[in-house]
Amino acid sequence: MGPLTLGHYLSLGSVLFALSVVGIFLNRRNLIVLLMAIELMLLAVNMNFVAFSHYLGDMAGQVFVFFILTVAAAEAAIGLAILVVLFRNRASVDVAELDELKG
Amino acid sequence: MNTITVLFYLFSAVLLFAALRVITARNTVHATLYLVLAFFSASCVWMLLRAEFLAIVLVLVYVGAVMVLFLFVVMMLDVRSDQFRQGFWKHFPLAAMIGVVITLEMAFVLMRGFQPTEAPALDERSIALGNSKLLGIEIYTNYLYPLQIAGVLLLVAMISAITLTLRRRKDARYTKPSEQVRVKAADRLRLVKITPVVDAPAGKEGGAS
Repeated sequence: MGPLTLGHYLSLGSVLFALSVVGIFLNRRNLIVLLMAIELMLLAVNMNFVAFSHYLGDMAGQVFVFFILTVAAAEAAIGLAILVVLFRNRASVDVAELDELKG
Repeated sequence: MNTITVLFYLFSAVLLFAALRVITARNTVHATLYLVLAFFSASCVWMLLRAEFLAIVLVLVYVGAVMVLFLFVVMMLDVRSDQFRQGFWKHFPLAAMIGVVITLEMAFVLMRGFQPTEAPALDERSIALGNSKLLGIEIYTNYLYPLQIAGVLLLVAMISAITLTLRRRKDARYTKPSEQVRVKAADRLRLVKITPVVDAPAGKEGGAS
């Protein structure tokens, strides 16, 4: 094992991203775990940004992560609010039952 | 193999294990708690990358606020996780194949191009100021306008979350101040002309009978 390179951190991010993709496939019925898998994906992307920012010596990557965190927090709040309203109306968070639009 | 390398492998192992448990946990509360562990390990990895401010923000904002919100919602909703488990492993072969393909493609690219990279040495100004101050200077000079937009975005998110989940009670009685102000005397008081009922003189009737 040599010294840590940018590739190590990017590999960590890609494995994390692949894990969350697998999670979306496995938990395709549970809306809460789907939201969690999306959060994990955003974390993987942020990992890449921070790694590039460190190894290229540029602060712009960390600024971008800052804004991504803002948007992700807003997304999580609205997603959970929609989840609560959905549960109130349907008494279930099963994605398979959400077929009212018949798309 | 120095300390940072050992710490990187340790934190990465914990992070990947936690992520694996998030997507396979039977109980949703356990999944949320493993997600907290994953964010914490990720913040430790970011600490190794000298991004201290973002690491602290990840713990404070994500673990402190968003994950607590998740946990709150998960505990508030009465979700039986057994019904989600049927057919859980049905799509596993396809999912595993896609995950392996993603990882292999990324590894193929990463192992070629990003191998010999070494972090540039920090100049004296960065060492004197520190990561948080550098990030602050960058945000408040070059990215001031996006920062304002991000603030407005958070406000919009807050208002929409409140309006989505707000539920008025139907059995409560409300007063409407605008109608109360606009009311006129005619709405409140109605004068009705009633013809008076005149009693017949008692003495005359008594005398007739």
